[in-house]
Amino acid sequence: MKENPYEPWLATVQEVRNEVGGQRPIKTFKLKFNDKKIQDNFTYVPGQCAMVSLLGMGECFFAISSSPTKKGFIEVSVMKLGKVTTALHELEPGDTVGVRGPYGNNFDVNGWKGKNLVFIGGGIGQAPLRSLIQYVVDKRKDYGKLDVIYGARTSKDISYKEEFADLEKRKDVNVHLSIDVKEDGWKKFVGFVPDNLLKVKPIPKNSIAITCGPPIMIKFVIQNLEKLGFTEDQIFTTLEMRMKCGIGKCGRCNIGNLYVCKDGPVFSYKQLKNIYGER
Amino acid sequence: MDKMILAKNALQKFIDELLKKNKVYAPIKNDETVLFEEIKKPSEMTLDYINSEYPPKALMLNQTETLFKYIPGTKGKIEPVNMDEDKIIFGIRPCDAKSFAILDHVFKSDFEDPYFLTKRKNTTLIGLSCIEPGVNCFCTSFDDSPASSKDLDILLTDIGDKYYVEVFTDKGRKLANTASKLFKPATESDAKKKKDAEKKAIDAIKRVQKTENIAEKLDKIFDNKYWKEVAAKCVGCGTCTYLCPTCHCFDIQDESTLTKGARIRVWDTCMNPEYTLHASGYNPRPARTNRVRNRVYHKYNYYPKNFDVIACVGCGRCIDLCPVNIDIIDVVTTAGEVKP
Repeated sequence: MKENPYEPWLATVQEVRNEVGGQRPIKTFKLKFNDKKIQDNFTYVPGQCAMVSLLGMGECFFAISSSPTKKGFIEVSVMKLGKVTTALHELEPGDTVGVRGPYGNNFDVNGWKGKNLVFIGGGIGQAPLRSLIQYVVDKRKDYGKLDVIYGARTSKDISYKEEFADLEKRKDVNVHLSIDVKEDGWKKFVGFVPDNLLKVKPIPKNSIAITCGPPIMIKFVIQNLEKLGFTEDQIFTTLEMRMKCGIGKCGRCNIGNLYVCKDGPVFSYKQLKNIYGER
Repeated sequence: MDKMILAKNALQKFIDELLKKNKVYAPIKNDETVLFEEIKKPSEMTLDYINSEYPPKALMLNQTETLFKYIPGTKGKIEPVNMDEDKIIFGIRPCDAKSFAILDHVFKSDFEDPYFLTKRKNTTLIGLSCIEPGVNCFCTSFDDSPASSKDLDILLTDIGDKYYVEVFTDKGRKLANTASKLFKPATESDAKKKKDAEKKAIDAIKRVQKTENIAEKLDKIFDNKYWKEVAAKCVGCGTCTYLCPTCHCFDIQDESTLTKGARIRVWDTCMNPEYTLHASGYNPRPARTNRVRNRVYHKYNYYPKNFDVIACVGCGRCIDLCPVNIDIIDVVTTAGEVKP
C-alpha cells in the first residue's frame, strides 16, 4: 500500500476490448503498472476495487474485473456514463492512467472452499463476478459445483462473450445464459434473470449464491433464492455508491454507519437486512 | 502539569517571542467576521471574540488543498507536493481543539491521511479559555468545559489582570521554555481564581442538549415522519456543515490547463444533492429529508457507532449562522423524545 493513499501509481493501457456497444457501451481495459515492482506486489482478492483516473479528468471507483490468479496486469470494465468514464472510453493502448488500490473488502474465497457456487449476474454487474469466476475456475478443485447464470437485454448486450463461450466448453462449469426478449437464432433461455434462476433451480445445500447487477434484478433474484431455500447468510451481493476518496474519508458512500468503499462493496443479505440507511 | 502565570501586558511579548521562530495563526477580524489567519505581529490579532465564525478546522483540513500536481492527459505524470510546515495556532477555543481530536478518528483509521495528520503533528495548539461563552454554546452537554481541555498543548485562562497558564504536553513545554522569563509560577490563589473563572463560565452556559443514549434512540426512529418536519424548514445551503468543526466531507476534483494541473480536494456537504448523485442519474438521498437526517445521524449515531464519540463539540456555530434558525440542540433533544 502506498504511503500517500491519494497519490495513484501510473499504469499503461495494454489492451482495450469492446464488450458491449449501443447507448451505454462497456469496454474492458487491461492495465499494467509502469513500475514492475508495484505490478509484482499489487495483490488483491476478487471483489476488491481500484480507483482509476485519467489525469485532468478525475477518478472513478471500479471493481477489478480480472482475477489475481492472472498475473502481470489488472483489468477494469467500464460503462460509459459520466464525465470520467466517457474520457476513459477514449483511451487507446499505450495511454497512461493513474491507479490506486486495492480497496474494499472481498468475496470470502477461502471460507467458500468446498462449497457449490451460484453466480447470478446481469449487465455490467458481471464485472466483480468475472474476477471471482476466473479465480475459482483457476482453482477448480477447491470448489464444488459451479453454476454461472447471466442475462442481458439482447444477445448484443452480453459482455465477456468469448469467456462465456470458453466456460460453456468446460464440463465442470454450468453456464446458463439468457436474453430478455426473443431473437432469431437464440436457443437458450428467453426471459429475465430471476426467472432463469428458478429454471436452473440450484440446490441450497452447501451452496453460496453471489448476485450482482441492476438493483431491480438483485431484488427479485434474492426473492427467488429465498423461494429456492437459500438462507440470508448464503446470499451475497456487491453495492455501489458515488465515491471520491475510496478510503472512508470523503463521506458520501455511507449506508448508515458503513462506508461502501471500505466496509463493502461485498455484503451478505443478512448484513443488508440489518443495516438501515439510503442505498 | 505545569501551572504558571503570564501578566496581561506580557502577552504581546509572548507572541513576539513565538513569532521569532514560528508561523503563528491567530484570530483576526476581517470586516465583522473572525477567523484564524497567519499573523506577522501581535497587533494584527483580536481577542474580542466569543469564537471565530469560520472554524479553525480550515487549518487542518484546508477548504481547498492540493493533493498533488500532474501533467494532464494520456501521457501524464505526477508530481508530489510538500507537506505542511510547523505552525502554532494561538487563541483556539477548547471546543475547537476537541474537534481536531474527533477528526483524528476519521483521518487515522484504515488509511492514514498524510495531509491532515502531518498538519496535526506539526501544529502546536495554544488555547484561550472561553470565559464568556456565547448564547448558543453547549459544550457542557458533552461533559466538556469551556475552560479546560485534554486536546490542547497550552491553555491560557483570563483571571483578571493576568493569564493562568496550563501546559499539558511536551510540545507545549518546549514552546513555553522559549519564553520562560515571561512566566512566573502560579500560586494557590491563582489556581482558585482560575477555578472560579471556569465555574462562572460553566454557569453562563444555559443551553442543554439531551444526548443520553441518543445513538440507540435514533436507531429506532430512522423512518419517523419527524425528519420530514425538521427538513421542511431547511433551504439546503450547507452553512451548518461548512462551519461545523467536525464535518470532514470533501470532494476531489482535477483542475488543469492543457499543460499542467492539480488534483485538489475541497470541502463538500451532504446537504448538496449532487453529493450522492450516481452517474446513472440515480440518487440514494434525493430529498432534503434524506440529507438533513444524514447530517444528524452522522454526528449522533454513525460516529458514535464507529468511534465511540458524538461528532459535536457544542460550539453553536450551526445554530448562530443557520439562515432559517434550525437549532441542532432542539432537533436532537426532540428526536430523543419522539415515540418510535
